[in-house]
Amino acid sequence: MKILVTAKRVEDPESKIKVKPDGSGIVQEGLKYKINPFDEIGVEEGLRLVAKHGGEVVVVSIGGKEVQEQLRHALAMGATRAVWVNHTGPLDQMGVAGLLQKVAEKEKPDLVILGKQAIDDDQNQVGQYLAEFLGWGQATFASKVESLESEQEKNKVPALQMGADNKSVRVVREVDNGLATLECALPAVVTTDLRLNLPRYASLPGIMKAKSKPIEELTPAKLSVDVTPKVQVLKMASPPPRKAGIKVPDVATLVDKLRNEAKVV
Amino acid sequence: MDFQLTESQRALQDTARKFAREVIRPKAAHHDETSEFPREIIVSAWENGLLNMATPEAYGGLGLTHLDQLLAYEELAWGCAGMATSITANDLANLPIIVGGSEEQKQRLLKPFTEKFKLASFALTEPEAGSDVAGMSTTAVRDGDHYVLNGAKCFITNGGHADQYTVFATLDKAKKHKGITCFVVEGRPKGLTVGKHENKMGQRASDTVALTFEDVRVPVHNRIGEEGEGWRIAMETLDNSRPITAILSVGIARAALEYSLEYSAQRKTFGKPIREHQAIQFMLADMAMNIQAARLLCHQSAWLLDQGQRASLQSSYAKCFAADMAMKVATDAVQVYGGYGYIKEYPVEKLMRDAKLIQIYEGTSQVQRLVIARELFK
Ligand SMILES: Cc1cc2nc3c(=O)[nH]c(=O)nc-3n(C[C@H](O)[C@H](O)[C@H](O)COP(=O)(O)OP(=O)(O)OC[C@H]3O[C@@H](n4cnc5c(N)ncnc54)[C@H](O)[C@@H]3O)c2cc1C
Ligand SMILES: Cc1cc2nc3c(=O)[nH]c(=O)nc-3n(C[C@H](O)[C@H](O)[C@H](O)COP(=O)(O)OP(=O)(O)OC[C@H]3O[C@@H](n4cnc5c(N)ncnc54)[C@H](O)[C@@H]3O)c2cc1C
Repeated sequence: MKILVTAKRVEDPESKIKVKPDGSGIVQEGLKYKINPFDEIGVEEGLRLVAKHGGEVVVVSIGGKEVQEQLRHALAMGATRAVWVNHTGPLDQMGVAGLLQKVAEKEKPDLVILGKQAIDDDQNQVGQYLAEFLGWGQATFASKVESLESEQEKNKVPALQMGADNKSVRVVREVDNGLATLECALPAVVTTDLRLNLPRYASLPGIMKAKSKPIEELTPAKLSVDVTPKVQVLKMASPPPRKAGIKVPDVATLVDKLRNEAKVV
Repeated sequence: MDFQLTESQRALQDTARKFAREVIRPKAAHHDETSEFPREIIVSAWENGLLNMATPEAYGGLGLTHLDQLLAYEELAWGCAGMATSITANDLANLPIIVGGSEEQKQRLLKPFTEKFKLASFALTEPEAGSDVAGMSTTAVRDGDHYVLNGAKCFITNGGHADQYTVFATLDKAKKHKGITCFVVEGRPKGLTVGKHENKMGQRASDTVALTFEDVRVPVHNRIGEEGEGWRIAMETLDNSRPITAILSVGIARAALEYSLEYSAQRKTFGKPIREHQAIQFMLADMAMNIQAARLLCHQSAWLLDQGQRASLQSSYAKCFAADMAMKVATDAVQVYGGYGYIKEYPVEKLMRDAKLIQIYEGTSQVQRLVIARELFK
């Protein structure tokens, strides 16, 4: 089977993120970047699926040439090849989904795996748009019943279960009140939640091999997608600093404050 | 001159950093306390290509440059210097084969390490011959198509767990360094006894043992280089490995600085965080400055080796400066922590114990200064 997985370049959460004084964006200087952790989970799931069922994992990223770094990371983890959509201008979630739609139509994967959201702007939209644009089924927030300390996880057993003849996929989803199981006909779009798996490291042999794996370059023009944004970011601002907490002498005072001041119980 | 790392160097540094943070660090205190050998972690390092980093591509290795290796080792030592020492031991043991072995020996003795998890030890030091290597008394006597080894080695890293030993012995003690010859002992042949695991001050995750050889037979095809070439092979091996040992100091010191920065921002005396006292501030600045200087010396010696140039002088600069630097930085980190620094629940006293070893093994800081002075007088 063929699995297409996204690999977005995002700010490393360990670097200090500051909003520019004029609110036009964040200060790029001194920032570090990495692959969106949810996408990394997607790559891992893809690799486990092809290890079990055969096939290949193709990774795709959209951005300037710096996103090749994230593609190489996915290639070093074990993906077979990469697609780079070279685009540096503004782009909204529909634009991203539009580009991915064309890439998916070209690659004809059995499954597209995306992160449920990217940790930079936490939008949680692209997977849903993409399924709609392609007219495919979708299963968002893929998770699993087994814990991340389980034997299944240690043995890198895929959490997504393929149906007979690889015609469908069974996905355990994380929902507000627990886990829900969904079965989707293939091809389908799946987005990953945090507890789906623990991604492997890009091993040193993997990093060396990735150097010679192919990265195909595409552009919005080549894919005939108009990426003019429909959403405009007007201003960015830091959240207000958290106020210092208070200490209460006893439980009774706590309950009283929760009830009458915070009005949460 | 170019100080920019390549994309693949940043990638391997990243992997080593993650491995150190997620796999090594969480277990470092446990192995320090118990002195249990962290076999599972070393196997995992092997699975991720972090073992045998010096092995050339032709023998199943990755063809990493010396600089590549240094980038990875700084991270591993940041996680735990004891584990990093155990991880470097395979390269130290296999370098004599890389620098002095025949093509057939390289295929036969190096390649298996990249195909399957195996450990090797480098056995040079003896109870009566540490700094003065040429004074060794382990003997090798030719007997048909074998050599027979007799004698004792001590302080051998990973010796209790090794599947292969690179052993130096003399064919004629009177010839001093001209009699020294290098052999590879495979497995645990009859007559090879592994002594008890030493109870060490620091780097307690690494295994350190004595070995005794009583009529241990080694086939002639496992002699590395010619008879009497052992000295040159050992010295060339150490020229190659010294920058790596040196960078372990940088990893330890960087950890010490990070902990100190964190603690000094939280700990208050006389109404302000201690890092606002200039005495502490200057200590932190000195730490950072000396770490950077040591790192640059290490990288320069690795760069020279990557250019195929001789690096004895620079690698002695690097080893000596970095080891002494780490000792000072780790001691200062304990100072920044005040009384808490002296207590084992806090992370910095381990760093001080770990750093001490680097001033001793692979040529003491005095021996490095001897080498430097000798080069100066040339
Ligand atoms: C934990 C650990 C792991 C080790 N791992 C290995 C290993 O894997 N393989 C291996 O072969 N060896 C290993 N060693 C041995 C190590 O390399 C030696 O301990 C080291 O070379 C010092 O030798 P020594 O202990 O005999 O000290 P000595 O040589 O007795 O030195 C004692 C002191 O005298 C000083 N000194 C000696 N000669 C001079 C001189 N001419 N001028 C000035 N000062 C001098 C030294 O600097 C030192 O301060 C290890 C040691 C330790 C502690
Ligand atoms: C094993 C042990 C036994 C002990 N026994 C006793 C005992 O029997 N009785 C007892 O009362 N106490 C005892 N102590 C406590 C000991 O005296 C204190 O640890 C010591 O005074 C340092 O205080 P601190 O640990 O709070 O460090 P801190 O005061 O937090 O100091 C942290 C660091 O900041 C530096 N610093 C602080 N203020 C300044 C400043 N203004 N300018 C520049 N630098 C500054 C310090 O020099 C130190 O490097 C013991 C401690 C230990 C570890």
